[in-house]
Amino acid sequence: MSLPVFDYAPAPENRDIANLKPYYRPFIGGEFVDGGGEPLKTVNPGTGEALAEVSTVSETDVDSAVKAARTAYERVWRRMPGAERGKYLFRLARLIQERARELAVLESLDNGKPIKESRDSDIPTAAAHFFYHAGWADKLDYAGFGPNPKPLGVAGQVIPWNFPLLMLAWKIAPALATGNTVVLKPAETTPLTALVFAEICQQAELPPGVVNIVPGAGDVGATLVGHPGIDKVAFTGSTEVGKLIQRQLAGRSTKLTLELGGKAANIVFDDAPLDQAVEGIVNGIFFNQGHVCCAGSRLLVQESVAEELLHKLRARVATLRMGDPLDKNTDIGAINSREQLAKIRELVAVGDAEGASRWTSPCAVPDKGFFFAPTVFSEVQSSMRIAREEIFGPVLSVLSVLTFRTPDEAVVKANNTPYGLSAGIWTEKGSRILWAANQLRAGVVWANTFNRFDPSAPFGGYQESGFGREGGRAGLEGYLDV
Amino acid sequence: MSDNTTRVAVAKTYKLYIGGTFPRSESGRSYPVNDTRGRFLANAAHASRKDVRDAVVAARKAFGGWSSATAYNRGQVLYRVAEVMEGRREQFVAEVRASEGVQARRAETLVDAAIDRWVHYAGWTDKIASVLGASNPVSGPYFSFTVPEPTGVVAVLAPQRSSLLGLACVLAPVLAGGCTAVVVSSGERPLPAITLSEVLATSDVPGGVVNMLTGHAAELGPWLAAHADVNALDPTGAEPEQRAELAHAAADTVKRVLRVPDTEPDWTAASDITRLRTYLEHKTVWHPMGV
Repeated sequence: MSLPVFDYAPAPENRDIANLKPYYRPFIGGEFVDGGGEPLKTVNPGTGEALAEVSTVSETDVDSAVKAARTAYERVWRRMPGAERGKYLFRLARLIQERARELAVLESLDNGKPIKESRDSDIPTAAAHFFYHAGWADKLDYAGFGPNPKPLGVAGQVIPWNFPLLMLAWKIAPALATGNTVVLKPAETTPLTALVFAEICQQAELPPGVVNIVPGAGDVGATLVGHPGIDKVAFTGSTEVGKLIQRQLAGRSTKLTLELGGKAANIVFDDAPLDQAVEGIVNGIFFNQGHVCCAGSRLLVQESVAEELLHKLRARVATLRMGDPLDKNTDIGAINSREQLAKIRELVAVGDAEGASRWTSPCAVPDKGFFFAPTVFSEVQSSMRIAREEIFGPVLSVLSVLTFRTPDEAVVKANNTPYGLSAGIWTEKGSRILWAANQLRAGVVWANTFNRFDPSAPFGGYQESGFGREGGRAGLEGYLDV
Repeated sequence: MSDNTTRVAVAKTYKLYIGGTFPRSESGRSYPVNDTRGRFLANAAHASRKDVRDAVVAARKAFGGWSSATAYNRGQVLYRVAEVMEGRREQFVAEVRASEGVQARRAETLVDAAIDRWVHYAGWTDKIASVLGASNPVSGPYFSFTVPEPTGVVAVLAPQRSSLLGLACVLAPVLAGGCTAVVVSSGERPLPAITLSEVLATSDVPGGVVNMLTGHAAELGPWLAAHADVNALDPTGAEPEQRAELAHAAADTVKRVLRVPDTEPDWTAASDITRLRTYLEHKTVWHPMGV
């Protein structure tokens, strides 16, 4: 079976909308300042060309940022009535909505994700996150942590490059709503939307120092996390770095929440609506080029439908269009960085060497920029590295050799991982959804869907996928002294 | 037998409690336990690293059954613990008196409070999901809900000073949420903990749900903190200077480490739900809606 591949005329979004500037600077104490660190060049992964130069911070700058946040916390933010704090968050939400188009194009330029995702998912969800948390600011007494729960103080936050503005929203919105001030380090390869957000803070007339943005590489993150003036650390990123941070903070009273890696199982039962499941599997792993910590990168298929499903899956994946992230027809954009591309290639080579069977989409691959064609591994064993390690790329490991026969077997295989971030279930039977959801050791379980996010739904992991939640009532806990 | 011979009491051998049985330490070690005036009370088993590992295996094995028991059932089992403790009240009072060197009235207050704490947590088992769970009003055709679920195996370093009440305060919330426990009792005051184990063994608490090790937190804590099959750690009974080392080891498998104060709190004060919450994970489920 092959699906028709339609030719589309290019439909690129206008890159001028991004209002790209040649030079971006750290945001400390309400002002854009020149950082003392080595400036970095952020690259457009779609072309491999430099986009802009970004001034990074030194240790002294981190210290100034923490001090600015402390001053803002003591003098203004903690004393402000929740209802007033909330109105600032509402302003931020509105300003993100107003500048959504600019932010979406900038995000796609800097990150490499397709414009349809930044436009329809990242930016609107970021705005929604601020809108949701704005409403909490004057209702914390009802959040279930006792009367008048107190903020922690200054939060040091480190976010990844896969959803730059959305991860910023996940971090900053709950921190501000609960009365904390923040120093946030965006990822080295995707600092731009965070610095435009800083501009939005100015437009919202947010009191200086409440939000500070300190661009830089991992060393800046380590300095920030280890700074004695920090009361709370929130990190989203790899399990490896998460463990380093947990060790670094061992014995300190700093409150820590970690949202780390995953290796989610997507379980397809024999009664699943297969066409719908194929769409979901594709969304589960190829959304955002697979740069998703909760990506459904392990597929468990009931034996009787495995062959049919795999066939449909390959046919569908072959129709995915890879190319210019700014083209509105692009399904799969660019890998975020040269380093990440090298990592994906390395793990895929390991998959080949370990004897898994590789299928690569015949889609056209652009001749410049960082691209990796959608790849599906089958005949994968649970012990193989491609089945155990987070690849963070458009690579799906089908556990076809380990297809399952009974629901119990599926659950055992799905839970056979040190991670526990997310899982997917595909079946038409409601009772089976709830049974499987109950059995799976994962923080988020999607049934007949995948990769859904909502500010009202708590998100976070079991086991080595981290601790603490983001979103919902549960997400407030990480920012309160409770 | 002459009439004026007084009966020789049967002295109890205090042993470990692992997987529902009372073994001696695999190491063969024991250590003398004295009262606060230095008078010999008993020899307690001196648990080793191997005992720690056996206890974790037992706790993991028991987790499936205990975590999937209905909340109502877990509540009844915890209430049963209180019932059986009440029947052994005099024994607990005597042991707490000897262990902690307090007056009889104070010992009675402490034992009563310990029993009442089990009753308190018995009532939490079927409330906590309503309090911490949620239905999430997501933008889309899904019924999204969040439920708290037990984290897994919890290593508890029990308080060093409060031999029974403190132990109840740190252990009951672990069980109420559906987790299983490996406990290192107070090192110098271990006897009430072993008697509590005998209560647990006869209170319908399934074997392995609680594993009680007597010995030294300073020695056993690091093994528990580093054990890959332990999900959470309560460092209450560790010396403050050792807590950083334990937290450091716990990071290897991203364990949940309870934040505890440097000194033992007043255990008679009413407890909040911090401990319950620490040993629970939030699971969010997205269930489709449609015709």
